[in-house]
Amino acid sequence: MLSRRRFLRVAATGAGAMLVAPQIVFASAATDRRFVFVIQRGAADGLNIVVPYAEPAYASLRGPLAIDTANTANAAKLNGTFALHPSLAQMAQMYHAGQALFVHAVASPYRDRSHFDGQNVLETGGSAPYQVKDGWLNRLVGLVGATRENAIALAPTVPLALRGTARATSYAPSALPAASDDLLTRVAALYEGDAQLRGLWASAMNARGLAGDASAHQAPASVGKLAAQFLARADGPRIAMIETGGWDTHSAQNARLANQLKALDTLLAALRDGLGPAWDRTTVLVATEFGRTAAANGTGGTDHGQASVAMLAGGAVAGGRVLADWPGLRPADLYEQRDLKPTASLDALIAGAAAESLRLDPQRTAAALFAQAGAQRPITGLIRA
Amino acid sequence: MESLPTARAGAIAMNRFGLGARADETPPSDPQRWLLDQFARYEPLPAAWRGEPGTVAITTRFGEERQQRMADAAASGATHGAHGAHGAASMTAASDTPQAERQAARQAVNRAIRREGVEVYRNAVNARLASALDTETPFVERLVHFWSNHFAVSVDKPALAGLAGSFEMEAIRPHVLGRFEDMLVAVEQHAAMQIFLDQVRSVGPDSRAALRADQRDPAHKRGLNENLGREIMELHTLGARTGYTQDDVTEFARALTGWSVAGVRGPQPGNAEPGAFVFRPALHEPGARTVMGRRYDQAGEAQALAILHDLAHAPATSRHIAFQLARHFVADNPPPALANHLAQVYEQSGGDLPTVYRAMVESPQAWSAAATKFKTPWEWTVSSMRALGWRERGDLNAAPLLAQLGQPIWRPGSPAGYDDIAASWAAPDALVRRVEVAQRLTARVGDRLDPRTLGPAVLPGTLSAATATAVSHAESVPTALALLLVSPDFLRR
Repeated sequence: MLSRRRFLRVAATGAGAMLVAPQIVFASAATDRRFVFVIQRGAADGLNIVVPYAEPAYASLRGPLAIDTANTANAAKLNGTFALHPSLAQMAQMYHAGQALFVHAVASPYRDRSHFDGQNVLETGGSAPYQVKDGWLNRLVGLVGATRENAIALAPTVPLALRGTARATSYAPSALPAASDDLLTRVAALYEGDAQLRGLWASAMNARGLAGDASAHQAPASVGKLAAQFLARADGPRIAMIETGGWDTHSAQNARLANQLKALDTLLAALRDGLGPAWDRTTVLVATEFGRTAAANGTGGTDHGQASVAMLAGGAVAGGRVLADWPGLRPADLYEQRDLKPTASLDALIAGAAAESLRLDPQRTAAALFAQAGAQRPITGLIRA
Repeated sequence: MESLPTARAGAIAMNRFGLGARADETPPSDPQRWLLDQFARYEPLPAAWRGEPGTVAITTRFGEERQQRMADAAASGATHGAHGAHGAASMTAASDTPQAERQAARQAVNRAIRREGVEVYRNAVNARLASALDTETPFVERLVHFWSNHFAVSVDKPALAGLAGSFEMEAIRPHVLGRFEDMLVAVEQHAAMQIFLDQVRSVGPDSRAALRADQRDPAHKRGLNENLGREIMELHTLGARTGYTQDDVTEFARALTGWSVAGVRGPQPGNAEPGAFVFRPALHEPGARTVMGRRYDQAGEAQALAILHDLAHAPATSRHIAFQLARHFVADNPPPALANHLAQVYEQSGGDLPTVYRAMVESPQAWSAAATKFKTPWEWTVSSMRALGWRERGDLNAAPLLAQLGQPIWRPGSPAGYDDIAASWAAPDALVRRVEVAQRLTARVGDRLDPRTLGPAVLPGTLSAATATAVSHAESVPTALALLLVSPDFLRR
């Protein structure tokens, strides 16, 4: 029988894709510019994605989880303070080509630690969970002007961020998708205390590890390619949302996060390559509901925290920069002495990036998207004119 | 059950006796009454089933189609042959003979009808699921599923594909709240069971038909088929190794000769419609029979009916049925006291099923706090969909889903039906499949439900702290809902 630790390793090496099949939903809009929102469900660990390697407290807080930037390729160094996780090789290229930027210590207005509530705030653009019923991405479609009744959806349900008056219909793939690594890991934990199910589950995972999962590695690339096919068409949709999961790394974080980021990197590169010339008119925004604890926990992972990192990529992104009002990692610098303190508003970033990408007025966009949250002054200068 | 907190007893009523709590369902304040009151409201033919064709309709349709297609094939074959006579050089010798052509045409017709049978089957599985989602009498609906499995037919016999649904609709559903004997007779006379267990091929060796056939073609003997008789005794009534002998089986099979199904072509006994039960006197083995020491000298159809009557009321049958019911509702190895009690009630009531169900509902052992029954794939699917708020099937196809989960409906592969014990269902790969299906089902729900409130709603008083914690910590709503569905608490009832 597999020990729990060994199972996690098997699961981590056996697959490697995010939620196995990331889901895409599209909406049409009256513009020739493209805007793609990639949500990282599960609270992605910003501190190990854009690593503050010059911060003295980082290595001690993270211990064995710390990303060793000394031994990674130079390309991963973003500037004198930050380095990029080595799995994000394509993103590093985009950064150095001036097509990607990162915003650190960024967070939505949500200050608690529930995934469901945090994602609700992130997707609705409210200041508290369940305060707003529709999603900011849907309101953005309305702002640009929806062109067609039937937007295309490649997900069984429309995610909250894209729900609202501008229509996006849904479609459920008929094949039975493989279960995500995240779900398998959680099931393993849930069955630990059950005498009958524990052993059965261990055998199942053992068999799965032996069989491998070759197709899973293809998933992120094909999702990026598929999304690009739709977005690149002259009469295609202009707004897309891609849902990824598996970021909730309470244990075995290093292997899992490396896989997650590799998959994300592959997806974004496939999207860029598939869009061709349209990449110059495209902005991809990657964000998560909240970050993770500054310190490693006792199980080789990190727990729910506050600020994290957001990414922008695209041909017109004024990239090659890390935007951060860096709060520091000393105990007194941390939010409630445990989490990276939010110093940038994710709402302000979304409003500014969406407005500039789609050639909308930033103030008006911020007011339409985040009125409930107090319509922060949007961050501007993100996208080249 | 007095000692059980009300919420927990309500959860047991909804999940162990019913088909699973719905998200918006209030646990019944009087769980026993909630179960027993369903008897008065049960609909034998609910909306979900009303559109499904019955046995006569299916048999008539397929019979007419077969005749039409064969006639078409013969017509085109004749044309084909005429051309051949004019010397078309390209024709191959093998397909050229009229016999080979007829054979090929017959196979093509069989394939076409088989495809349509599968279509009818899939629609019926969908109707079964729709009924289970929509029903207001989930306890009785569960009993329908129980009896349908007790009297299992299996569609891996292709001729049955179109009839499995009509079997449940016509032989099981109307009798689930009646006397066991009435269900037994309806089942054994149904075309699906007659075909499945080869009764339609059974001929009394000394019957008029056999004697006539013997005169025409002495080399080709027709005779008894014991399959139905044996399975009635072993599986449907007395139970295996309860004292009957091979002679009893053979005598019973002789008594059953003549029991048959009306065909499509030609005159049928009593002008019966195609697929209906008929008695064919010419096939019946003449004479009195002796089964388990009792002599039956009835004539014709009444002979086997008299034996069925005695089988339905035999003490071994009461013990067998009582054990199966207790196993289904209480535990893989049910408490002997409970099984004995139910057997006694069965015997005293003459096999009146609602009286037996009532005795079980009123037995404290049936309300044991620990959920030990591991849900079959069917039970798990139905309870999952009900928990997630499905009142209709939507575009979900039940037959392939249940096949993926390892329990294709009405296809147990054996007349014994599907096992009703955990060892058959709690298996490594089966668990992974449930996780995959849970992920697929919950992806359709999105974040319409709050998993933190759904858990206590569908498992009131029985949701474990470990599951509640795992659900509340999941990274997304669909993941949380999927975890709830595959949790140890939800996998068992």
